Amino acid sequence: MNTMVKVSDIVPAAEAHAPEHGTKVVARDVNVYYGEKRALFDVSLDIPARSVMALIGPSGCGKSTFLRCLNRMNDTIPIARVTGRIEIDGRDIHSADLDVVQLRANVGMVFQKPNPFPKSIYENVAYGPRIHGLARSKSELDGVVESSLRRAGLWEEVKDRLGDSGTGLSGGQQQRLCIARAIAVSPEVILMDEPCSALDPIATAKIEELMDELRENYTIVIVTHSMQQAARVSQRTAFFHLGILVETGPTEKIFTNPSDKKTQDYITGRFG
Amino acid sequence: MMVMQEHTAKAFDADLQDLSRMVAEMGGLAEKQIADSIDALTKRDSVRAERVIAADLAIDNLQREIEDRSVLTIARRQPMAVDLRQIVSALRIANDLERIGDLAKNIAKRVLPITTEFHPQKLIRGVEHMSALVLAQLKQVLDSYASHDVEKAMAVWNGDEEVDAICTSLFRELLTYMMEDPRHITFCIHLMFSAKNIERMGDHATNIAETVYFMVQGRPITDERPKGDTLAALAAEH
Repeated sequence: MNTMVKVSDIVPAAEAHAPEHGTKVVARDVNVYYGEKRALFDVSLDIPARSVMALIGPSGCGKSTFLRCLNRMNDTIPIARVTGRIEIDGRDIHSADLDVVQLRANVGMVFQKPNPFPKSIYENVAYGPRIHGLARSKSELDGVVESSLRRAGLWEEVKDRLGDSGTGLSGGQQQRLCIARAIAVSPEVILMDEPCSALDPIATAKIEELMDELRENYTIVIVTHSMQQAARVSQRTAFFHLGILVETGPTEKIFTNPSDKKTQDYITGRFG
Repeated sequence: MMVMQEHTAKAFDADLQDLSRMVAEMGGLAEKQIADSIDALTKRDSVRAERVIAADLAIDNLQREIEDRSVLTIARRQPMAVDLRQIVSALRIANDLERIGDLAKNIAKRVLPITTEFHPQKLIRGVEHMSALVLAQLKQVLDSYASHDVEKAMAVWNGDEEVDAICTSLFRELLTYMMEDPRHITFCIHLMFSAKNIERMGDHATNIAETVYFMVQGRPITDERPKGDTLAALAAEH
């Protein structure tokens, strides 16, 4: 594997210009092994702050694995081993004095299938702020719940039935509830793993619209199988293949004129 | 030419091939229209001129077909990158070819009023020479489109200079004829417009060269295009 060319080596200098709001996440030479199997090969990627970064690639290419590195979700898999360096705001997320619970509050995650707690809508959102001690009083907690639901674009639809069960909502509403739940603990980075794959086109459009609003305040990293979605919502795109980061760049370039033939073959539906 | 792997969805390849084929067919028709209109002009053959005028409809119809097929393919396949550029290019080239067809039709229309005795061979040769150049340019640029050959497209792009230069010298010559004898003015004006039409066809061939470059490279040509056209400077002189 010594012959592997790192993306950081081949990205032209013009590409390396400073992003508008600085770089939020820096990953260097990240490798992931599941037991003997190597899932990621020396991935180095900068994720700019307050923007949407899309990770694309065929199934099993390592994009979700990489996403899960960013809040150390791979720690929960016994056979997984991660090497390399990941920094958020310049801080190494693997350092010994880092509280992984705090990290996961700071780096929220939304999954493919909406997974609200089997509790009321209110409790779904209030749970995080309460256990992290982010609200001192009931009224303050009410405020956090309302503002989170508002930012997730769900408030108007649920404000009169906050006591109803979260699982009784529609799929799209459940997913926005999960986003509200992630937002409630004031994260800076939100990871989304195919957040719309279980949703209909209208619910998908609402989540995409939401992402566009959220990126004013948050750094969003989304894994998606829909090329069109990646093209619509992201400012930068990274293409993974067989555990290697093949190409990364501005989304408009990746989808109109990618540099790498593999990227082109994948996005135009010529793969394999 | 870049070797392009087939799409997983084979029907998508068929859609793109159909588009290329229709553009090629339209290009062939446009070439024929140019040759026929110039032939009608030099021989003052009004029957052939009428035929050119009637044949323009086929080019217009093909353009509409290319537009319909492009819109349908975009809606159906959501093309990306090189595929998207290929479809956009087909639309653009069809547009240029349709304009070329119109210009040929316009030359054919001018054949009918030119029935005077005055018909200097030297001028006719000039127009013929110019149209031969433009035809060669169009043929080459259509080849470059079919074979995705950027170098060939660039050669066309750089070759427009000569056409412009001939048009300018023709203009100069026509002016002297008109100053010599006002009875020649009608003929000379028609010939001048015909020459200008041919020059514009050359511009459309250049446009197509730019489109081919964009289609293959994914970015526009950035060099400054050479200009042989000094009509503006000439107008200031007189």
